Amino acid sequence: MLTYISNIIFIALLSTAVYFFTKNIKKIIRNINLGQDQDLTDNKVQRWGIMARVAMGQSKMITRPVAGIMHLFVYVGFILINIEVLEIIIDGILGTHRILSFMGGFYNFLIGFFEVLALLVLVGVIVFWARRNVVKLKRFTATEMKGWAVTDANNILYIEIVLMTAVLMMNGADHALQLANYPHYTQAGSFPISSVLFGWLQGMNPTTLMVIERACWWLHIIGIFLFLNYLPISKHLHILLAFPNVWYSNLAAKGKFKNNPDITREVNLMLNPSATIDPNAAPPKFGAKDVNDLSWIQLLNAYSCTECGRCTSNCPANQTGKLLSPRKIMMDTRDRMEEVGKNIDTKGVDFNDGKALVGNYITAEELWACTSCNACVESCPINIDPLSIIMDLRQYLVLEKSEAPQSLNSMFTNIENNGAPWQYSQADRLKWANE
Amino acid sequence: MNALNVKTVADYTAQGTKPDILFWVGCAGSFDDRAKKITKAIVKILNHVDIKYAVLGAEESCTGDPAKRAGNEFLFQMQAMSNIAILNGYEVKKIVTACPHCFNTLKNEYPELGGHYEVIHHTQLLQELIDSGKLKVEGGTFKGKKITFHDPCYLGRANGEYLAPRAVIEKLDVELVEMKRCKTNGLCCGAGGAQMFKEAEKGTKEVNIERTEDVLESKATIVAAGCPFCNTMLTDGLKHYNKQDEIQVMDIAEMIAQAADL
Repeated sequence: MLTYISNIIFIALLSTAVYFFTKNIKKIIRNINLGQDQDLTDNKVQRWGIMARVAMGQSKMITRPVAGIMHLFVYVGFILINIEVLEIIIDGILGTHRILSFMGGFYNFLIGFFEVLALLVLVGVIVFWARRNVVKLKRFTATEMKGWAVTDANNILYIEIVLMTAVLMMNGADHALQLANYPHYTQAGSFPISSVLFGWLQGMNPTTLMVIERACWWLHIIGIFLFLNYLPISKHLHILLAFPNVWYSNLAAKGKFKNNPDITREVNLMLNPSATIDPNAAPPKFGAKDVNDLSWIQLLNAYSCTECGRCTSNCPANQTGKLLSPRKIMMDTRDRMEEVGKNIDTKGVDFNDGKALVGNYITAEELWACTSCNACVESCPINIDPLSIIMDLRQYLVLEKSEAPQSLNSMFTNIENNGAPWQYSQADRLKWANE
Repeated sequence: MNALNVKTVADYTAQGTKPDILFWVGCAGSFDDRAKKITKAIVKILNHVDIKYAVLGAEESCTGDPAKRAGNEFLFQMQAMSNIAILNGYEVKKIVTACPHCFNTLKNEYPELGGHYEVIHHTQLLQELIDSGKLKVEGGTFKGKKITFHDPCYLGRANGEYLAPRAVIEKLDVELVEMKRCKTNGLCCGAGGAQMFKEAEKGTKEVNIERTEDVLESKATIVAAGCPFCNTMLTDGLKHYNKQDEIQVMDIAEMIAQAADL
């Protein structure tokens, strides 16, 4: 029994990690489904292409080269080092050591390659940390970057430093044991990085080395289990959601804003006197007041946002000191969604906390500062669309609350009365041809 | 008939014919003193190349773009439906407009409401006319001048058209210089999203001032525009810096009309 104790502990930890992760992801899916239906399953071939290019190929990241290249290191490292995690999980369940080493020379190449990746991840993560904490780039110190947003960003970097250091130190100790021909530690792998960084372990007492090797092995895998369960409360969730988020991108021209179908129905009723009102039709909805009035893709956008702030740093309103920050729009949407989700969990589906996305999270002043220029949409590396949320919230302010700024109400009146946003007579529209 | 020889679609219909293309003038092009000059430049070009075009005149009405972007979807759709009824009534197939906002709305938001037209921006038409040899231009007074182009958001990012305006400017044998923020990364003039019709929110600066600084930095002596609203915003920005005598804001159509001596 005792010989299997570590296998049992490992399996128990693995199951617990997967159990809680699944549970929390289900909650996130439920929250996203609070949004309105929107069919985005057309043009599948084009969607796979965009996902390959923008999400997998990171094509929009590279517009900012330093962040783009460092992110590429961390991204490629994350994807490929997972192959080694697969081995670690098999080893953990079976109690084996480097079970894939039967691949021989190829295995040695892989381990060496992963070490290089791990080093590049470390470099990337350290640069990221410095940009946030030493250089203090403007987009990381903006007003909405306080409290959890800052803690979360640094937590992710610290966890990644611990994970990568653990892998390299584990390899360093393993290598030292292999050099000492210690039983169980078969000659496997190549260690171009750890043999340098942790070369000082060589020649140490084998028992100490074994303790270090095992400790790092457990630290690394438990760290991964914890990190997995950290994702649902973190902006780091983007490592999973970026892919579906990009797949469901808006494929139409960015200038095409959706036409509210409820309003089309109302307008048709007005223009067609013989039309009859369907008594079973749902009451029309004008714009969005809260997260459940938004569409599910806007909510997926909010969960996918990693708060990089490229949208905000390119926003003309934000650059000129206005309150509007497209990143804050996304963060507020996620925070409100989480709040609504918690209310459902603790107080039931019908509970109404009397709060809403407009008012409690996002103010009218923010919404009215938008020029609808699409800079935020263009700059998002994973095609998030903050502008669509801003427009839906504006529609609610104007059509449900009649809270447009006075000058815009005058503009509306002019269009209604004389077909132009200014007070000119429609009959004079061709006057210029005689001037 | 009017002084500029501009026919309306109704004029054509009265004669039992139809124009090949509708020139959608837009509210700014119809009423704004500065934008009217752009409208006239386009008309001169259209007359010169002998295209069968017409305007709607008093039958034209706001596309509804500023209403929609200001949250009044109801008013937008009312405008759209009545415009579509008129356009479809005249069996309009192709539309050219000098306003990127009208262009975007007619092209992208009208089809779902029943209005299906081929819609082009006037810089696209100019490129087509020059490429096909129907319109011949030489640099003239523009030759060798340092000119920059300000991308209108609703032509550039919103519809992916960055090349046509630049291709037309380059026909004038000028030195086309780019501002530090251009094309996909272009900075808004500050007028879009109905901002043209309201005061800006509290901030540290006006957006058009920020953009004007890009213009000044480019050292261009002419900033080419492709939108009547950008035109106004940039003109105001240059006045703010007292540079209105050194740097001109010109629509591409005005440049072409001037270069072609029309």
